[in-house]
Amino acid sequence: MEALFFNVDSGFLEGIVRGYKAGLLTQNQYNNLTQCETIEDFRTQLSATDYGNFLANEPLPISTSTISDKATQVLVDQFNYLRSNAVEPLSKFLEYMTYAYMIDNVILIITGTLHGRNTNELLQRCHPLGVFDTMPALCVATNVEELYHTVLVETPLAPYFRDSVSAADLDDLNIEIIRNTLYKAYLEDFDAFCRTLGGPTAEIMHRILAFEADRRAINITINSFGTQLSKEQRAKLFPTIGRLFPEGNNALARADDIDQVRQACEPVAEYRAFFESGPAASRPNGARVGGSESTANLLGDLGDDLGGATAADLEDRFFVHEVHLNKLAFLQQFQYAVFYAYIKLKEQEIRSLTWIAECIAQNARDRIHDFIPTF
Amino acid sequence: MGLYSSYYTYGLSTFVTVVVALYLLFTGSGEAFNVGQFLEETSPYAWASTGIGLCIGLSVLGAGWGIFVTGASIIGGGVRAPRIRTKNLIRCIIGIVYSARMSPVPDTLLYTRENYFTGYALFWGGLTVGACNLLCGICVGIAGSTAALADAADPDLFVKILIVEVFGSILGLFGLIVGLLMVAQASEFTAAAPAAAVSPFVH
Repeated sequence: MEALFFNVDSGFLEGIVRGYKAGLLTQNQYNNLTQCETIEDFRTQLSATDYGNFLANEPLPISTSTISDKATQVLVDQFNYLRSNAVEPLSKFLEYMTYAYMIDNVILIITGTLHGRNTNELLQRCHPLGVFDTMPALCVATNVEELYHTVLVETPLAPYFRDSVSAADLDDLNIEIIRNTLYKAYLEDFDAFCRTLGGPTAEIMHRILAFEADRRAINITINSFGTQLSKEQRAKLFPTIGRLFPEGNNALARADDIDQVRQACEPVAEYRAFFESGPAASRPNGARVGGSESTANLLGDLGDDLGGATAADLEDRFFVHEVHLNKLAFLQQFQYAVFYAYIKLKEQEIRSLTWIAECIAQNARDRIHDFIPTF
Repeated sequence: MGLYSSYYTYGLSTFVTVVVALYLLFTGSGEAFNVGQFLEETSPYAWASTGIGLCIGLSVLGAGWGIFVTGASIIGGGVRAPRIRTKNLIRCIIGIVYSARMSPVPDTLLYTRENYFTGYALFWGGLTVGACNLLCGICVGIAGSTAALADAADPDLFVKILIVEVFGSILGLFGLIVGLLMVAQASEFTAAAPAAAVSPFVH
């Protein structure tokens, strides 16, 4: 039934987003890029893709951070085009997507202000997609109480602060805990909003957000081994919308080492595969030629004490699964998840481009294939 | 209001119907509700005209619906892949073709009134063709939208999805055939022997 009226408001934008998706780099283009010798070659190769001449005005030598910033600017321009042409409820959906970046920016500003950093420098380091009008006001606050009240009143993130964090918490608690608490509230809110949209949007977004929730739960657990984070505190940071909720979340809260984490993830078949050892099983790398060597290097050094899954390797497998879920979102028409999936895939592509550029710049060609391709 | 709007819609109409029915019953004029008398007294012209109107109206609605669904996607997809514009506009035309077929038939029949069957046949035939064309138009429109976006992504898919759309067009064709079968049985409106405009069944 959604097909009857979807095109009234959002048909044009869906066509635009699918056009953007057709411009994502393919396997062939990635191969060409990995064979570049210098950054100038890299730039020439990129100009033949949808990126065009985005680096044309940069003076040589180009640094990889410039490449990353310019590529992010391309993404931001595309997102702003979509956002300016959207009406409700798509505009609300796109706004929800920016909240994740806003959380990162707010935490950055709070940390910076509490440590007395320069406000302009902080504002420049903020992610452009997470910029909101009253952000500079956050830098003006001198103490924590003021900061908390400013944040509470001025920002779109106010509901997430109100429910979970109090003024006293802002300087006592570790800043990472605040970030995770905010993100948990954001994920649950986003999932509830998608559920009100109904139809295929709700189904596909729930699948993607549930994986995001589980991924954060697993990462929080693994990163908290050996720190002072108590188990009750850890349990409060897990989002409740994942596939591991509630038994998996409880098991993760009680876990003390990686084996118990693996056991907690047993009920879900896809997650079980993340913890298995074996290089070729879950790392589709950029090229077959150098691929097997580099993955063997990653796993070979560490032996079997972690059961074949290191933190970095696990993170890569998470990215691979996330790319897979985002590609699946494009199989259905007349729903909003394509917008979310496209932005995530584009971000992944920018990360891959930055990796390749870094490897070229530092002449580390043996690790150049360790990025995650999208197609 | 959003949560209970279905309660209001169904509840209110049921309530009004029950009140009117009970009023008729309790004031002794329950016989006023007489389906047979209604069918006999309404003019076959009214039935026939309503049928033709529904046919044309619903067909146009279906064609328009299909065109806008496809058109929005063509506009969006055409930004990056301009080649899809002309190929995909043909799809919109298919929906309109069936909307004009019913009109020539009744024009020669509407001179005098008599034949109830003609009236009913035109009404239900028109409704059938109209509804089938409406659904056919929507179907072709949605399939066309997907086809335009698939064509923008990969040009090889154009012909394959065209086949799917032809199957959708067949829906309208079936409706047209059934409508024509119904109307073929109906004779022209012929004058009753002496008094032309009055039905002998009306008291």
